[in-house]
Parts: sequence; structure tokens; C-alpha cells
Amino acid sequence: MSIPFYVSPEQLMQDKAEYARKGIARGKSIVALEYDKGIILVAENPSQLSKIGEIYDRIAFAGVGKFSEFDQLRKVGVRFCDVKGYAYSREDVRGKALANAYSQAIGDVFTRELKPLEVEVIVAEVGDPRLVGHEDNVMYRVQFDGSISDHRSWCGIGGTVESIESYLKNHYRSGLPLGDALRLGRDALNAAANGATRIAAERLEVCTLDRDRAGRKFRRASADEVRAILA
Amino acid sequence: MFFRSKYSGSSFVELLDVDFPHLRPTLPERWAQEAAPAVPHGTTVLALRFSDGVVVAGDRLATEGHRVASRDVQKVYTTDAHSLIAIAGAAGPCIEMARMLRVELEHYEKIEGEPLELEGKANKLSQMVRANLPAAMQGLVVVPLFAGYDLRRRLGRLWKYDVTGGRYEETEFDASGSGGLSARESLKKVWRADLSREEALRAALQALTDAADEDRATGGVDLARGIFPIVASCTAEGVREIDKETIGQIYTQQVVVARVRAPGGGP
Repeated sequence: MSIPFYVSPEQLMQDKAEYARKGIARGKSIVALEYDKGIILVAENPSQLSKIGEIYDRIAFAGVGKFSEFDQLRKVGVRFCDVKGYAYSREDVRGKALANAYSQAIGDVFTRELKPLEVEVIVAEVGDPRLVGHEDNVMYRVQFDGSISDHRSWCGIGGTVESIESYLKNHYRSGLPLGDALRLGRDALNAAANGATRIAAERLEVCTLDRDRAGRKFRRASADEVRAILA
Repeated sequence: MFFRSKYSGSSFVELLDVDFPHLRPTLPERWAQEAAPAVPHGTTVLALRFSDGVVVAGDRLATEGHRVASRDVQKVYTTDAHSLIAIAGAAGPCIEMARMLRVELEHYEKIEGEPLELEGKANKLSQMVRANLPAAMQGLVVVPLFAGYDLRRRLGRLWKYDVTGGRYEETEFDASGSGGLSARESLKKVWRADLSREEALRAALQALTDAADEDRATGGVDLARGIFPIVASCTAEGVREIDKETIGQIYTQQVVVARVRAPGGGP
């Protein structure tokens, strides 16, 4: 019978974190930005498999890393929110609760399981000026180990998030119209990818949470719309 | 909830059945032998096709026996961007079913990334009505109309249901509830395949007025309280709920004026 080698907890966590980081860095990054009418989410994604999705009336999801893992998280998020909104009221469904649930679940897997989730997600919630106390936009970032942070103005996820943040620190202005926000998002992803050539419109996945829409604020921009805006 | 849930499909109703049965109320055992207690009932709803889609309308009255239970109950609900449900029967289960269908369609769309086909939505409702059959046998009947715009076939479509979940597609119009027969008779006289949207709206209001004229449980327009029928249309562009002012205008300027001359709504 073989005796398992002793591995210190520090080493174990470090190894897991490195493993997760590597997995996440393999994919492309995503950025969410506040614009004058809400929040825009921009991802470089040439495939038909979505990285950004609708969760609830005012809440959107974006995930990077391993598709099967973050898409599972997206679906679980939809179930979590739909059940909550059905049992209570639609206004009771908040981004903070969802982001916390993600943080718990992802953190749990990180400490308990051998293989951590190779994912990082954004939960974006657009404010509704008609609901007192719910007026502000907020974006939450949940990392592979379950650590959670809240962001205003912009929020990035993925392997190149530092470059995205440093680019946006210099270029972001509040109250941008949709077209400018989309261009800024694309340029931030571009800067992070160190690309000399601009990311083509066809390779972008763009979704918005538009405060002015009635009911469900989430909207996926078609390829034609993205092309028209960027032209 | 998070990773512990057993269900992994795309249906909200099934999700509740598997993981949240406490949110799926069933009829208490005790009722099985007796008739259900008196509950408010919603009365007349109708749907008709016109050249570009469908119009769905319903009056606002809920009755409990011979009494008014509510004067401004809602019987027409938008279920998603291209479909509507109109409900007649026991108000509680009716409203619950409309709400559940809305969540179900939205849930499927979000999980799958694309909406169900119109036929798929109609079929789902069929299963929900069938699941209500035990309650229907005790008198808690739900008989909806479902209508919408079929984006693949580019036409408005509508279905009626019976208590067993039987689903029947209608190519012209239909009406349900206590004033349904009168509304149908009224629509029969004016329906044409090439009705314009304005003509269809007027036909719907005329039919509801006829139903209220013949059936005491159907509410008319209440000008004093500003309560008007709920009317919505659905075309390729999506569902449009007609605002109260427009309904009021059509009603006072076209329906009432004509009926002063011919109270039966004749030419």
C-alpha cells in the first residue's frame, strides 16, 4: 500500500489557483461598461456559443474560461432568479444575491474539489430610476476561488484584465453614448490583446442592459447592428 | 439551491415539480368529495385574426355568484414578445396559469438562448391546462385562449382549449367565458380575413359590448371609473397593448354613437 505524499495546504491552494488561472488565460477577455442608458457587455467571441446571457429583468451574466463550466453557472443563475422572482416578486431578484451565490458555489468547489472551476464571471445589474433605492448600476466580478468584488463604471474579466483596466483608467468617461461605449469596449479588448489590427465587428458579441426598455432590459445586438455602429 | 438542484432541463414548471414542490400548490384532499368553495370567476375573453396578426381582448369584471368580486381584473396577459394569453374561468387558477406560462416561456428562452416556436408555446399551455383537470372537476375551471404571431409562417394564429387540455386551432376568431357565445356571434357578422388592425380593434370592442349586453357576468365599459376592456394586438413587430385612451376613443366615438341609433349594434 502506498502512502500519499504530504502536500501543505498552502501548496495545494497555490497549485489549484495556478491551474485555474492558466485555464482562464487561454480564453478571451470580456468587458462591461456603464453607458448613458445602462450597461454594455462586450466580448471577443467569433463562435456561435454565447459568453454573455440574460439572467433576469435587470441582470446579465458574462463568463470566461471553460465554456461548459460557466454556461452551467449561467443556467443555474437563471433557475435561481426565476424561482426567486416566482416565489416573491420580480423586484426581489437582485444582482447582489446572485453574485453572492456564485461566490459561495465557486469558492466551495475551489476548496473542496480536486479540480477548481476555470471560470470568472460578471453579474451586471442595471438600475431602474422608477424604483427607489434600485437606481444605481452595479457590476460584480467573481473569480475562480470565489472572491467577489463590486465595480462601478467598468468591470473586466479574463486573463488580460490588468491591461483592460489600465486602458480604461485612462480612457473611460461617464455618460458615454452607446456607440462610443462599444468602441471603447472594443479598444480596451484590443489593447489587452496587444493587437495591431482591430477586432472585426463579426468577432464581437455585444449585449446591453438598456434602462429605457420596459420589463426585460437585456438585449443582444445583432451582427448587423454591431457592424453599423462600428462602421 | 445552487449546485444541489436535481433538475437540469429547460422547463420552469418541471424545475418546480422536481426541486421546489412546495411552490406547486395542489388541491387539498378534503376538497375531493365536495364542490370547491365560491371563488371569483372571470368572464369574457376573445381573440381574432386580422390581416397582419391577431387581436386579443377581455372585459374587466370578476363575479362571485351574483356579486361583483372585482371591477378591474386583468384577463389578457402578454406572455412574451410574440404571444398572449386570455383567460376565462376561476380567477385565481387563471391568473396563476397566465403568470406561470409567462415565466415558463421566458425561462426556456433564457436557458436555451432562443424562444420556443409558437406551436411549442401553445402545446406547453395545453399540458398546463391538463394538469389543472382535477381542480377543474371541482369547479375551478381554466379555459384560456392563446394567440400570437408565428414568425416562421408569418401569420397570426390562435388556439382555444377545453378543460382536458384539448387544443384547437382557430383560423378566424374565438371567444371564451360566460359571454363567449354572444361575443362569437358578434364577431361572426363582421369578421373578414383582410380586416385592418383598426377594424379588428373595433370588432373586438363591439363583440365585448354585445357580450356585456346579453350576459350579466360580463362587464361593460365603466366611464365613471375609467375602466375599459384590455385589448392587445400581436404582429410581426411584437405585442402591443392598446392604451386606455385609444380604447376609450374607439368606444365613445364609434361604438356608443352607433348604438344610440341601433342599440343592438346593427348597421
